[in-house]
Amino acid sequence: MLRLIAARLGLIPVTVLGVVTLLFVIFKTIPGDEATLMAGATATQAEIDVTRHQLGLDRPVLAQYVTRIAGLARGDLGYSSTFRGNPLPRIMERVPATLLLTACAIGLTILAGIPAGVAAAALHNRWPDLAVSSAVVVLLAIPNFWLGLVLIAVFSVRLHWLPSFGFDSAISVVMPAVALAARLIALIARLTRGLVIEELRRPYVRTALAKGLSDTRVLWKHVLRNVMVPTITAIGLEAGYLLGGSVVVERLFAWPGIGDLLLNAIAVRDYTVVQGITVLFVVGFLVINLLVDILAARVNPRLRHA
Amino acid sequence: MLKINRFLVIGAAVLTVFVVLAVLGPAITPQDPDAQDLFALLAPPDPNHWLGTDEVGRDILSRIIAGTRITLIVALLPVALAGMIGVTLGLLAGYFGGVLERVVMAGVDLLLTIPGLVLAIAMVTAVGANLAGLTVAITLSSTPPLARLVRGRVRELREEDFVSAAVSLGMRPRRVVWRHVLPNAVSLIVIQLSLLAGQAVLVASALGFLGLGVQPPAPEWGSMLGASREYIEVAPHVVLAPGVAIALLVFAFNMLGDGLRDRWDPNQS
Repeated sequence: MLRLIAARLGLIPVTVLGVVTLLFVIFKTIPGDEATLMAGATATQAEIDVTRHQLGLDRPVLAQYVTRIAGLARGDLGYSSTFRGNPLPRIMERVPATLLLTACAIGLTILAGIPAGVAAAALHNRWPDLAVSSAVVVLLAIPNFWLGLVLIAVFSVRLHWLPSFGFDSAISVVMPAVALAARLIALIARLTRGLVIEELRRPYVRTALAKGLSDTRVLWKHVLRNVMVPTITAIGLEAGYLLGGSVVVERLFAWPGIGDLLLNAIAVRDYTVVQGITVLFVVGFLVINLLVDILAARVNPRLRHA
Repeated sequence: MLKINRFLVIGAAVLTVFVVLAVLGPAITPQDPDAQDLFALLAPPDPNHWLGTDEVGRDILSRIIAGTRITLIVALLPVALAGMIGVTLGLLAGYFGGVLERVVMAGVDLLLTIPGLVLAIAMVTAVGANLAGLTVAITLSSTPPLARLVRGRVRELREEDFVSAAVSLGMRPRRVVWRHVLPNAVSLIVIQLSLLAGQAVLVASALGFLGLGVQPPAPEWGSMLGASREYIEVAPHVVLAPGVAIALLVFAFNMLGDGLRDRWDPNQS
């Protein structure tokens, strides 16, 4: 188990190096000039040239690449015009808020999505199943930022129950987390429902029932344990949606996380911060998937030696 | 055999309505989508403005209808491009294997570790918040999952007897892929493209909402929602219509994809 974790942790820097390299190649290939964008629409050619020199974009491509990688290895993201230096400490200040938001969304997904899926499967083709299946179809179609707007309209504007923006108290996280989790809850409910329906046809279920165990005990103890691994693995695979979605949700609710910082950086054309946060999101994705795999190995001992 | 597939019918019907709206577009809007009625700012729905007006008094219904075309273009153009690139890469990697497959799949796997929307945002900021930028952004985030899926299917097909038969008859690889492999992957590709189109609508509207997509005053639904955030306290009705429009379009693509999967590939659903 420990060896597995160590190997996976070691893989993270390698993957990050690959992603940074790939992004570097893509950014150098696609049309669009960083210096021109950064200098602004009204800049003269001379100003663009100065910006280009400041960013080191007038150096050979390979030299730029080496500088970028060497900087990253030391935790130096480069010169940020907003923070007048390496923006890493200022970005890290914002990480806890995003972590809290995504952790709450994952928690909501597990607490709402899995039981909904199990209930729908246990009452297959009866009204709870239809209710869950319809809710899934709706939740998969609505954009998270619109759900957030509707929540604000109802719970802040109309009912005055919840704050519509910012991060003042624990209750502030409720609406952003719900808006972010909704799509994932739907995906997990649908997946769990399918898995449980299949699992209920297995012989061990009949054996357990024949032994005299109650329906609820078989369902929530034996069946649920067997569908947990694919379910939490699916949550890990959707971590990309969760992190990308957090950018939109943070903007909507003025949530002080790295997604909000990313959009502020774009507004002032601070690409050092944009690139740094992109890399941080990749690290987040890899760490969530590592945690998911550790959790899966705890649920299913057979995975511990894989 | 010809059982009516509800998902397919509903999806196709809703999509047809949107396509008709996109084609006829400005010709059938009840009012000029850009005309400002300064005596009716943020007006709630009434017989004159069925869905009310926005912050500068423009008719929301007309703007929704006029925005269908731009929304469909922004979603379908990148999905078509992702289809061509993703299918080509998936076919080459899956059929020929070797170094090519290793390189393509490494690229695909690396791109998949970048959250889709973050990748799209990064691309839009590099290329610019315009049609070109959006197309590059959404194409790049839609291609990897498709390439991965096609490659998997092609690897299965490569082991099939009819493929080995074609190869041992001396058929050239290009012809084997074109005549025997691709046709057997088409249903999977079409299903996936439909689902990706729904995703593309969501990504494009999210970018519009953030002010990084189609720029105002073009009546793109996401950017309409972005503008509505400020007025939610005084006029909650401005929030409703664009969101419903986005949800209906995504719903239609999802239904179409699920319906086609039920029809062509019942084991997978």
